[in-house]
Amino acid sequence: MGRFGKEFAKGIVISNPLFVLALGFCPALAVSISLDNALGMSVGVAVVLLGSNIIISAIRKFVPNMVRIPIFIVIIATFVTIVNLVFHAYVPSLYESLGIYLPLIVVNCIILGRAEAFASKNPMVSSIADALGVSVGFMLALLIISFIRQMLGTGSVSVFGFNLFTLPVLGEQPMVMFILPPGAFLVIGLLLALFRRMGVMKSE
Amino acid sequence: MNELISIFIGMAVINNFILARFLGLCPFFGVSKKLGNALSMGMAVTLVMFIASVTTWIINHYILIPFSVEYMNIVVYILVIASLVQIVELFIKRTNLTLYNALGIFLPLITTNCAVLGITLINAREGYSLLESIVASLGGGIGFLLVLIIMSGIREKLEIADAPRSMRGLPIAMLVGMLLGLAFFGFGGMI
Repeated sequence: MGRFGKEFAKGIVISNPLFVLALGFCPALAVSISLDNALGMSVGVAVVLLGSNIIISAIRKFVPNMVRIPIFIVIIATFVTIVNLVFHAYVPSLYESLGIYLPLIVVNCIILGRAEAFASKNPMVSSIADALGVSVGFMLALLIISFIRQMLGTGSVSVFGFNLFTLPVLGEQPMVMFILPPGAFLVIGLLLALFRRMGVMKSE
Repeated sequence: MNELISIFIGMAVINNFILARFLGLCPFFGVSKKLGNALSMGMAVTLVMFIASVTTWIINHYILIPFSVEYMNIVVYILVIASLVQIVELFIKRTNLTLYNALGIFLPLITTNCAVLGITLINAREGYSLLESIVASLGGGIGFLLVLIIMSGIREKLEIADAPRSMRGLPIAMLVGMLLGLAFFGFGGMI
C-alpha cells in the first residue's frame, strides 16, 4: 500500500502534469471555459489514461521494442474511441461543447508520456496508481483554471446547472475576455508564474 | 468562390490554430526560438496538414462512410497520419536533400501534433468537400506558420528581456500568446 500511495501522490503535486511537467496544454487551455467542461475533460483523460496504462503494463513483456510506439498509439486511440462513443450516447451536451478536443485526447502528451515513461516499465498495480495520481493532478489543475476563468468571465460559478455563487459587481458586467481564448493564456501564464514563485515548481 | 475565401480566412486568422483553437502549442512554445526553425516547422506542418486532409477525405468518403464505420475515424486517422509522416520523410530524403536537411528533424515530431489530427477532425465534423478541405488545411497551415514566425521574432527579444525570475520562460510566453490572441481579434470583422 505504501508504494501505491507514493505513486499516487507523486502525480498530484511533485509531478503535476500541467503546472510542473507542462504537458497537455492544448486541451487544458481550450476546455477550461467552464467547470462542466473541465470535469468532462478530466474524466475522459482519466478513463483513457487508466485503460491504456493497465493494458500497456499488462503487455509490456510481449511488445517488441521497435514497434512499441505505434502499438501504444493504437491502444490509446481505442480507449479514446470508447470514451467518445460513451460521451456521445450519455452526455450529448458535454460531447458537443468539448467538440474536437475529446478525440484529440489521442495526441495528448500526458497519456503517451505516461505509457512510454511509466506503464511500459512497471507492474500493473503501480501503473494504476500512477494513472490515478496523474489524472487527479490534471483534474485539480484544470478545475483551478476553469474556476478562475468562469468566475471572472461570467461573474458566477455553476456546475451542471447548479449555481454555486454569483459575484456582486462582476455578475452584471463580467470580464468576458476571460472566457475567450486570450483569457486562457493569461490565467495559465499567471498561475504558472505563481506556482514557481511559491517554489512548488523548479525554476528553469 | 466566396465561401472558399471565407473558409481560408477563418482558418488562417480568425480561428487561428494556435491562438484561438490552441492546437499545436508545443512547437509554439518549444521550437519558436529561431526564425529559421519556426519557418521550417511551420512549412512541415502545413505540408503534412495538406496531405493528411486529402488522404483522410478520400478514406472517409470511399471507405469509412460506405461501410458505415465512421466511428472508427480516430484510430484510422492517427494511423494514416503516422504512416504519412514516415512516407513524406522518406520521399523528401530521396528527392530533395536540402529540403530534408531543413525539415528533417521536425517531421517525426509532427505525428503527435494536435494541429494535424485537428484539421482532419474539423474537416470531418464540418462535412467539407474535397476542395473545401484542401482550402481549410492550407489556411490552417498558413495561419500556424504566421503565428510561429511572429512568435520567433518576439522570443528573440524575450530572451534578453529582464522579466521577473518566476515569469521567465513559459509564463511570459503565455502572456505574449494572450497579447497576440487579442491582436488577432482585430481580424474578426473580416468575414
